[in-house]
Amino acid sequence: MLLITCPWCGPRDEAEYHYGGQAHVPYPERPADLDDEQWAAYVFYRDNPKGPFAERWTHSTGCRRWFNVLRDTVSYEVLASYRLDAPRPELPQAGGNR
Amino acid sequence: MTAQPLPEHPDFLWRNPEPRSSYDVVIVGAGGHGLATAYYLARNHGITNIAVLEKGWLAGGNMARNTTIIRSNYLWDESAAIYEHALKLWEGLPAELDYDFLFSQRGVLNLAHTLQDVREGVRRVGANRLNGVDAQWLAPDEVAEVCPILNVSPRTRYPVLGATFQPRAGIAKHDHVAWALARRADAMGVDLIQGCEVTGFLKDGDRVVGVETSRGRIRAGRVGLAAAGHSSVLAELAGFRLPVQSHPLQALVSELHEPVHPTVVMSNHVHVYVSQAHKGELVLGAGVDSYNGYGQRGSFHVIEQQMAAAVELFPVFARAHVLRTWGGIVDVTPDASPIVGTSPVENLYVNCGWGTGGFKATPAAGWTFAHTIATGEPHPLNAPFALERFATGALIDEHGAAAVAH
Ligand SMILES: Cc1cc2nc3c(=O)[nH]c(=O)nc-3n(C[C@H](O)[C@H](O)[C@H](O)COP(=O)(O)OP(=O)(O)OC[C@H]3O[C@@H](n4cnc5c(N)ncnc54)[C@H](O)[C@@H]3O)c2cc1C
Ligand SMILES: [Zn+2]
Repeated sequence: MLLITCPWCGPRDEAEYHYGGQAHVPYPERPADLDDEQWAAYVFYRDNPKGPFAERWTHSTGCRRWFNVLRDTVSYEVLASYRLDAPRPELPQAGGNR
Repeated sequence: MTAQPLPEHPDFLWRNPEPRSSYDVVIVGAGGHGLATAYYLARNHGITNIAVLEKGWLAGGNMARNTTIIRSNYLWDESAAIYEHALKLWEGLPAELDYDFLFSQRGVLNLAHTLQDVREGVRRVGANRLNGVDAQWLAPDEVAEVCPILNVSPRTRYPVLGATFQPRAGIAKHDHVAWALARRADAMGVDLIQGCEVTGFLKDGDRVVGVETSRGRIRAGRVGLAAAGHSSVLAELAGFRLPVQSHPLQALVSELHEPVHPTVVMSNHVHVYVSQAHKGELVLGAGVDSYNGYGQRGSFHVIEQQMAAAVELFPVFARAHVLRTWGGIVDVTPDASPIVGTSPVENLYVNCGWGTGGFKATPAAGWTFAHTIATGEPHPLNAPFALERFATGALIDEHGAAAVAH
């Protein structure tokens, strides 16, 4: 089970949260200008990296707020969690045990 | 009913050749789908200058990890057609491949626990019948006749209000299916190459002309991807995106028991499905983990919920022990239907997105993908499953009939 830190409530079991998929996917700035391919990209296509991934979680049985998590999709290590208005944290390039 | 002995394990099933420098067709991934594709390329299209490249060992991915349920009771016409084609092929495959992989048509029950489940189930039975798929709607007492150990008492938390039943559905020994296909493909000249990871693509403009591998460059006239959970990783290397997300899906088995469970029971609502393997293990599956992952292991709380549901449905399991748990990585699409067809890169073809349910499709996936690779055009059965549907909006929304929560 993952141990995820809610920015407001602190570290809690994964089972308290719900997953929301990829983070930092902005709504199109000029929706009226999008063609079908571009809408498909916005609605259906998400990154699926092997390694660090910025994703959204909501603390559904706690404060019910949404936030972002940086998690490694291979080791399942939670590398960082941060509020929605914060930028994606930089990770050290190599080594270290975060 | 008695427990069945497994077929003898033959000591020699395929050669282990060195990769050659070029092939007419290179298939990436020696799971069931890659092997079936190679088999049907040779059998149906006479193309035998083929290599199937596998980064690990043959059929060690989801093919070795799935719970082997085979059925064709899907809702939409497009899905019913391709899964029913698969089921018909399954019915003839043991004889055709001359290999008894214990395909056992013991039927599948998909339980309904809510009024909405009942309506969805009755609708699906109607849709199945119109598509020539065997299907019945059973009331709780009829469900208990099919599976006497199932608790259909109205006093459970989520009582069984009925079930769809497909009598021709069943299970098979997955490893043996892979070995049977591998043996025949090999005999027809296909090179099955294990320990050979595809790490890049050789391209000439917009056209693929080969692959980079951990064992060197291999040129290819055409390349077919059958890499399940890793399809989007490979697509990215080839320069395009796929609308798939990789999720861990896990299963577990108990120790051996006397034969007690005569069919396959699936419940979408309480998230458990159970069959009894030929040797006697209870085989239990659940839903996917919610998050993306490549780690080939699943979350413990999923097991907890799945066991609670199993014990309520099957009180007789209360003292069974879990012997083994494991996970696979499945590639899930937004409409819970696969993607089989051409890609934005010329001569590169994709077979992916089968998610939690691709084992049952193995022969049809191979049949249609082989057709697509051989002719450059989709087969009528896989034409609706093209990548383009995400832009045209012609989705095949099978979340309801996919039967595993994701
Ligand atoms: C726990 C679990 C239960 C399931 N239960 C069922 C079920 O009851 N019924 C059902 O119909 N389906 C079920 N499925 C789904 C089914 O297993 C998959 O849909 C199906 O196996 C996918 O096709 P495949 O067999 O070719 O995939 P795989 O067997 O995963 O084959 C893909 C292969 O590609 C290889 N590969 C990946 N990347 C590379 C690379 N770069 N180079 C070379 N090789 C590569 C992998 O090592 C792997 O062997 C289940 C899956 C899981 C995990
Ligand atoms: Zn919180």
